[in-house]
Amino acid sequence: MEKFVEIQSVEQAFDTKKGKFVALRDIDLTIRQGEFIALIGHSGCGKSTLLNLIAGLTRPTKGVLLCDGREIAGPGPERAVVFQNHSLLPWRTCFENVYLAVERVFGEKEGKAKLKERTAAAINLVGLDHASSKYPHEISGGMKQRVGIARALSMQPKVLLMDEPFGALDALTRAKLQDELMKICEATKATTVMVTHDVDEAVLLSDRIVMMTNGPAATIGEILDVKLARPRHRLTLAHDPDYIGYRAAVLEFLYEKQAHVEKMAA
Amino acid sequence: MNAATLSGDFGLEKPVDRSMGNSPATSVAVEPAKEKKMEKMVSVPAGEPFGDKIKVWARAALPPCLGLIILLGLWYVATFKGGSIPGPGQTWEAAKVLFADPFYRNGPNDQGIGWNVMSSLQRVGIGFGFAALVGIPMGFILGRSKFLSDMINPIISLLRPVSPLAWLPIGLLVFKKADPAATYTIFICSIWPMIMNTAQGVQRVPQDYLNVARVLALSEWKVVTKILFPAVLPYMLTGIRLSIGTAWLVIVAAEMLTGGVGIGFWVWDEWNNLKVEHIIIAIFVIGIVGLILEQSLIMLAKKLTKESS
Repeated sequence: MEKFVEIQSVEQAFDTKKGKFVALRDIDLTIRQGEFIALIGHSGCGKSTLLNLIAGLTRPTKGVLLCDGREIAGPGPERAVVFQNHSLLPWRTCFENVYLAVERVFGEKEGKAKLKERTAAAINLVGLDHASSKYPHEISGGMKQRVGIARALSMQPKVLLMDEPFGALDALTRAKLQDELMKICEATKATTVMVTHDVDEAVLLSDRIVMMTNGPAATIGEILDVKLARPRHRLTLAHDPDYIGYRAAVLEFLYEKQAHVEKMAA
Repeated sequence: MNAATLSGDFGLEKPVDRSMGNSPATSVAVEPAKEKKMEKMVSVPAGEPFGDKIKVWARAALPPCLGLIILLGLWYVATFKGGSIPGPGQTWEAAKVLFADPFYRNGPNDQGIGWNVMSSLQRVGIGFGFAALVGIPMGFILGRSKFLSDMINPIISLLRPVSPLAWLPIGLLVFKKADPAATYTIFICSIWPMIMNTAQGVQRVPQDYLNVARVLALSEWKVVTKILFPAVLPYMLTGIRLSIGTAWLVIVAAEMLTGGVGIGFWVWDEWNNLKVEHIIIAIFVIGIVGLILEQSLIMLAKKLTKESS
């Protein structure tokens, strides 16, 4: 498979009152089409910063990011983002929230009926047909996050970027949404980058886990290839020696190799 | 027994019912629930004990009524021995005469109190309308552009504390007429809260919403209409409410100075006629009109924000 997203020696620094603060340095990463990447690391290590760089919401201070052979110069619908706190517009129904995205991406070429069809299909994909005419404050946190995913998927993005999408949810809802996400990614073959701090989530979902060192000046520590066959089932994997091994590798990285840095930072 | 449980149920259900009733699109999913509620709504007024309703109502109405009675009492005691200020009885008699024919016209300087209030309201309406037309878009622009807001904010800070009446002579000079000059002071005093609140609302739009707009790469027009406007609406309405409060304060003073027809001028005219009971009536009328203006804007704000949130 060809390389699809390329990140070349990227550095991200911020100007603060105390002078230049380097959040990320020397980031090199190539993502293949259809791949599922998890970014994991302790909080404050710049996972979200890296995701925002791929999204184009922020520009790097050094280095270059490419998507499908073109430089990432700003945010755009071909790199859809699922935000940590869903970010639905409270004055629009779930349907209207998704429709806003669909209209933006396909509005110039397609008629209203087709746009509505696309919106309904996206909502159907995340299993929210019954809630499509509700307002965000009328539905649960898990449902809101699913609408956020539907909004991102509806744009048929080249890359799906997710910033701790299930972080604010309870364990049961999270597990359910992870299973749904796996099915969706399988069906749409979406290239996905997901920020997470959940080791099980990372191992279960991803093809590769990018483990980041602690900030400041964080960079990529190790990259773990997860060679588990798909479709994956959490119950059978729970006793799978490979799964346990991968899990242990990530835990070791986070709590042994990176633990002392955290103490220093604290 | 049955009636009691029903009414208890209703009390709990009420807020839910409201929010759902307001969103017209919920009909598919909540159809059965809605029908049930409709039944309840119909049956409850008959089922709810009448005595309880009266009690709740009386508990809410008692403190304000008591306050008013005490005020009237103090007024009565203070003016009991006579003097230049008329008591409640005298004022009431005068009010009866005055309100028997509020819309008479005997020439430009002798018109009913109804006409006076109407022309004051008209001035406030025009001045306030222009202020909204200029102030709200300006607030949006200042909220969106840091450069412009840094440029304009010092000027606003300088001009805002100035009494609007200080602008009256300039208005008279420019417009050569009393009436537009009074309207113009209303414009000046209404515009500041509208600019400031709208700009503040625009600056406080959650970054999340703007990030959504950026990822979707929405056009600036769409950002304004689909994201900024609904998000800023509550702030804008606060600005409007503050403006109309100030405008109603200022119009009385402005009309005292400019003359013509209007409640402020009327107060001054009655002072010249030494009809003090009319002045007291005017104070009540000004207060009541101000109260109505403010309350209707609060109601409008509640209605609009409920629809949009």
